[in-house]
Amino acid sequence: MKSAITRVGLAGVAMVSAGALLAGCAGGPTEEPADGTATIQVAIDAGLEPEARANFDARVAAFEDANPDITVEAQEYTWTAPTFTTDLAGGTLPDVFTIPFTDGRGLIANGQLADISELVAELPYADQFNPNVAQAGQAEDGAQWAIPIAAYGQGLHYNRTLFEAAGLDPDSPPTTWDEIRDAAKQISNATGEAGYATMTSGNTGGWILTTLVNAFGGRTESGDATAPTLDSDPAVAEVLEYLHALRWEDESMGANFLYDWGTINQDFASGRIGMYVSGGGNYGNLVTQNALNPDDYGLTVLPLQGADPGLLGGGTLAAVSPKASEVEQAAAVKWIDFYYLAKLTDETAVVETAELAASLDQPVGAPELPIFDQAQFEQYQSWIAPFVNVPVDQMAPYTDAIFDQPLIAEPRVATQDVYALLDTVVQAVLTDRNADIQKLLTDAQAQAEALYTKAG
Amino acid sequence: MTQISPTTAAPQSAEMIETLEYAVDPLRRRRGLRGWLRGDGPHMLVFLIPLLFSFILFSWRPIVDAAIMAFQRTNLIDPAEWVGLDNFVTVLQDPLLGTAVVNTLWFAVLALLMGYPIPLVVAVLMSEVRRWRGVFSALAYLPVVVPPVVAALLWKFFYDASSSGVFNTIIGAVGIPPQPWLQDQATAMPSIVLFATWSAAGGTIIIYLAALVGVAPELYDAAEVDGAGVWRKVWHVTVPQLRGVLLVMFILQIIGTAQVFLEPFLLTGGGPANSTMTILMLIYKYAFQNSLGGDYGAATALSIMLAIVLAIFSAIYFRLTKGWSSS
Repeated sequence: MKSAITRVGLAGVAMVSAGALLAGCAGGPTEEPADGTATIQVAIDAGLEPEARANFDARVAAFEDANPDITVEAQEYTWTAPTFTTDLAGGTLPDVFTIPFTDGRGLIANGQLADISELVAELPYADQFNPNVAQAGQAEDGAQWAIPIAAYGQGLHYNRTLFEAAGLDPDSPPTTWDEIRDAAKQISNATGEAGYATMTSGNTGGWILTTLVNAFGGRTESGDATAPTLDSDPAVAEVLEYLHALRWEDESMGANFLYDWGTINQDFASGRIGMYVSGGGNYGNLVTQNALNPDDYGLTVLPLQGADPGLLGGGTLAAVSPKASEVEQAAAVKWIDFYYLAKLTDETAVVETAELAASLDQPVGAPELPIFDQAQFEQYQSWIAPFVNVPVDQMAPYTDAIFDQPLIAEPRVATQDVYALLDTVVQAVLTDRNADIQKLLTDAQAQAEALYTKAG
Repeated sequence: MTQISPTTAAPQSAEMIETLEYAVDPLRRRRGLRGWLRGDGPHMLVFLIPLLFSFILFSWRPIVDAAIMAFQRTNLIDPAEWVGLDNFVTVLQDPLLGTAVVNTLWFAVLALLMGYPIPLVVAVLMSEVRRWRGVFSALAYLPVVVPPVVAALLWKFFYDASSSGVFNTIIGAVGIPPQPWLQDQATAMPSIVLFATWSAAGGTIIIYLAALVGVAPELYDAAEVDGAGVWRKVWHVTVPQLRGVLLVMFILQIIGTAQVFLEPFLLTGGGPANSTMTILMLIYKYAFQNSLGGDYGAATALSIMLAIVLAIFSAIYFRLTKGWSSS
């Protein structure tokens, strides 16, 4: 009898397990609650310092107070090409996430973003976006599926402490590429750290190479975006020769040639890199994610040379998951408006946000480019002026000159794939003294042409 | 010479297996459906269903899905489009495929040179130790307990190519100049293999140690009477007795090295300049490099090709070595 009871009990456990398994496997679209409430997952930078996280949580609380029907759950998210693809394919993106300008149109064309254009059109500033910025998040018909929230121009970040240790004046950063080379050599010789470092992995090698090619007066794509110009534009080879000289003749690039965006930020913040090129608004990430000592920090514009040089620009779009229900999409746009845009457009929100961030020792006033018109940008700057706590004087070489530099958009076709091809080229130049630059570029050109053909 | 085979070492095994088969196979009882229903049949079915369901859902269905996807073009959102053998053609025409195959073979050769004999030697030495064997076993197995990602990040730190890096400081103490480790096309792969050997050797050592326990002590006594030294005993007694285990470990290692991914992914990302781009890294690259949606068809096509090659290799290997383990 006991045996029978045990068997029945065990069978029950097995059935419950099977039921749980089935329930666990049951997926599907989010059901909308009948009472109109919504819970949305929103992106938050991964690995924030405690103060930055407290700042975020305070803003969530303020949003939920203003919108009692919406519950916000934070999900750590940092855009990188491989992790984004994985999240996209696996359906694990938060409801609100950010993407670079380069991906906006492609994702919209693939139907991989929610169409929130009608909700965006209702925002009071919907028609005030800088058209050059807004187009990165527009569909073919001009509908705004993704919202620009930040724009940047590349800059040269440098470590003032290492500059001083090498006998360089941190208030007079290099203004030509030859001066950058000399400074790198001087820093490397004096401190043993990398005078100049560059990203090479996770598609960032191609991104920074393209930045330098533009600064040297060249392009990696034809004007009509129908073909790559890797082996035909002399500036591409010129930049690679320049990097080769820093690496092998001067030995001023340190010992790490596999940096990506995260690891180069880490090493720069920890004082192991004299100079590197990245987005001009990177100061916030360096402080909130890498505990940068503000006293170490310096920022200047990239030197421009050659016949038609320019500054590679880019930016960030906020987008909504296509899996979000209509109620969630509406809540998501409210969050984007509150968290990303009201702090730029609404004086009360701007002041509150800046005051809160400053009270938590979070950076206020890091350099950025306007996503609306110049007048709105200047008004915003005046609103936050009392709370600015970033070392603005140390960024003056950048902020004084950035608006005079002609901006160039990133290549339009197969951007990330071509960047990945160029990762290999840059790595080869930095890890092989005898690298045949012309052959590397010929091979990369052939592969890039195949990508352009495939992209149609 | 008397051979200790599994059947002679454990004569009760065959009976036990027969008993177990009888116990789990209701047909053997030659009962009808009614008998099966009255007996343990329904309970067995109830217990079997969750396992069978999860096995089908999480093991077989992905394999079947992957096999189908190899003939499709899909971004996992829009409806998939049948493209015949296009994905296979794309993969075979990719210049990176040759690089990945060569790199994977290079990894396999280095892993065999480093990772195959070292655990055997360590296991033999440890089996000779009378005291503290448990401590040595635990120490040998410790790297396996460390989570692989943690271990890889730790080794990445050790491999810092500057003169202040951990390994470079150590070798600097004996006058060796700083090495580039992961930062050079020539040294990146051996550095990865060194890490892989360190992280996996513990498990292999434990398997060899367990097998060594089964070697009859009389064989060593006889060898000693014949005047054999330590190495002759190892060569003429230990290695032949472990032949079966050695052969299985060999094929497992080959299959494992052909699927190497974690180490190059975490330590080098396939670089510098594709020098550690393995076949699985290439599959990953196809699927996840492009943030607008990967080429999942090409990724699954290469996965299917790799699986077929490994299956053929395994079949040939077992066919060729069929007699070796028992002769």
